[in-house]
Amino acid sequence: MKRRWTLYDPRLAWMLVAPVLLLLIFFLVLPIAVMAAYTFFTFVTAGVETSALTTANWHEFFTDSYYSGFLLKTLRVGAITALLCGVLGYFPAYFIWATTFRHKWLLLLLLIVPFWISFTIRTFSWINILGEQGVINVALIKLGIINDPLPMLYNEGAVILGMLHFLMPYMILNVYVSLEGIDRTLISAARSMGCTSAQAFREVTLPLSLPGLAAGLLLCFVLAAGSYVTPQLLGSGRDALFGNLIYDTIMGELNWPMGATLSIVLFVVLGFFAAVYTRYMGMSQIVKGLGG
Amino acid sequence: MPDSQDTISSPRPASAGATIAGAAAGTDSPAVEFRDIDIAYGKFVAVRDFSLSIRKGSFVTLLGPSGCGKTTILRSIAGLVDISGGQIMIDGRRVDDVPIYKRNIGLVFQSYALFPHKNVFDNVAFGLKYRNVPKPEIVRRVGKALEMVRLPGTEKKLPSQLSGGQQQRIALARAIVFEPQVLLLDEPLSALDANMREEMRVEIKKIQKETGITAIFVTHDQEEALSMSDRIVVMNAGRVEQIGTPQEVYETPATAFVADFLGKANMLAGTVSRSSGPTAVTLAAGQTVNVVAPKPLAQGGKVTVVVRPQKLSVGAAGANRLSGRVVSASYLGGSAIYEIDIGGGMTIRANTPISGRVFREGEAIEVGFDPEGCVLLDEGGQRIS
Repeated sequence: MKRRWTLYDPRLAWMLVAPVLLLLIFFLVLPIAVMAAYTFFTFVTAGVETSALTTANWHEFFTDSYYSGFLLKTLRVGAITALLCGVLGYFPAYFIWATTFRHKWLLLLLLIVPFWISFTIRTFSWINILGEQGVINVALIKLGIINDPLPMLYNEGAVILGMLHFLMPYMILNVYVSLEGIDRTLISAARSMGCTSAQAFREVTLPLSLPGLAAGLLLCFVLAAGSYVTPQLLGSGRDALFGNLIYDTIMGELNWPMGATLSIVLFVVLGFFAAVYTRYMGMSQIVKGLGG
Repeated sequence: MPDSQDTISSPRPASAGATIAGAAAGTDSPAVEFRDIDIAYGKFVAVRDFSLSIRKGSFVTLLGPSGCGKTTILRSIAGLVDISGGQIMIDGRRVDDVPIYKRNIGLVFQSYALFPHKNVFDNVAFGLKYRNVPKPEIVRRVGKALEMVRLPGTEKKLPSQLSGGQQQRIALARAIVFEPQVLLLDEPLSALDANMREEMRVEIKKIQKETGITAIFVTHDQEEALSMSDRIVVMNAGRVEQIGTPQEVYETPATAFVADFLGKANMLAGTVSRSSGPTAVTLAAGQTVNVVAPKPLAQGGKVTVVVRPQKLSVGAAGANRLSGRVVSASYLGGSAIYEIDIGGGMTIRANTPISGRVFREGEAIEVGFDPEGCVLLDEGGQRIS
């Protein structure tokens, strides 16, 4: 006899997750698997490779310090960007949370508004601001403060600035959400027991918002270290990051096996950071500590 | 506004505050005194002309429905809410301009408000730390406070590892450990389940007596108010309706609101039909009852006779007899609650001990009460006194 369907039927659950599962398998897991297989293919000449299996690509990656240097630099830039995001993003998040302004949604909307414009166009806009013919240089020259334009574009600073620009909303929203989760009577309690508002912030608000800050840092780090467009547009050749290296290898040298190898490296390294971070920096632990 | 100038520190022989031995010895300035305070949020006036004086060591309850301003008053003592007029004194010292962290007040919240990222020890030690108490002394006092709330040895636990009742005990320990001048309790029992609530009620009262601390308790639960308080301040819509001992507010409600809010008294509208001898009131339903009026009443004046459901007895007892039909009967074991239709669209409630049989819906019933067992309200809903 056929079993009747129930609301919490496990078969129903499988059917509901099936579309997402199929999507993930065909568009995420499978492509990555194909790429992983490509790393063992043999590069013949630009645009030509054979499926003869070799470890030459991996050997090249692990022996040529050119690659590891790029990787370390990418991680360093990612870390600097994430930390700057954390330091600079906490204040607006705190402001939005603490304000008595009645239309808070408007402030949150302002954070989303930049997403309405293409990310590439937003990045391009920095050229009009920082470039030799950009607003700042032109203004300073017209005012007679400088004679020659300042070299503000095409350096690491410009790349980090551009990434801050697009990552800041992620940080602010993450911190804001965790601040919003704090029971405000905790702050009243701390104040009533003798804390000034600054001390109450240190004792209560800051530690309880750390999970959001931690999540924001991780997100910004991964997105910055994996970025490609920003260094391409705002950096010089020397400021390229790992993503640009992958692009050059695949599109410039047409060396698909090596490009696949580098992609898998970046994927594994960033995935490793995310996993270790979540596990040991204790995001889940902190959440548990809050009785969640 | 009746009775709002009545102060708790006024020497009344009947005051239940007298049972608190020695707590108020020495000084005669009240622990907390409100002088005509107003509290407004923008245009909304939450509290108007509130005056109250609270004797040291007493347990005072602010009782009222939600939105009556009781919590606002509590928060104003702590400094969490700014007053827009009047004065608040703690121990004879004006505190309007004293910032919250310098007021030395213990607060217990409905939501416990324990710091989730700190263990029990750090939670309880919090106030001591900010009073620069030396470490060994902190350890000793935290241990003592935890013993007082009967949770010794829980120092290392996180709040999330404790039950609701235990969390509220820790919150209580945290609020009293630094010996504040006043302990403020903001509906501390509301988040607990019924059994735990009863237990905590006794516990809070016991600790308050042991420490001799002045406690101000906010609740909307009349049972809590009646069982715990030395004095009850009944509030409604930002105003004081009555201040008195639990017995006073229950037995002799000053207003229709108090009579209804505390114990859902029967309010029988009628007109004075005989003003001398025993005063008599003819009810809207037609029956005439004898009442004890504190002063002669004009014949034909409109009054409301307030009778507690517990003052109505089934059967022959009572000088005033009302007959009617049982609309609903709730059997409670030792007693029964009857809703009785006495005609004229009037329904009364009787809560009587069961002697003999239990009446059923639709049965004819006769209930009685004594003239002394009721209170008279005038047309404005104020007690005639």
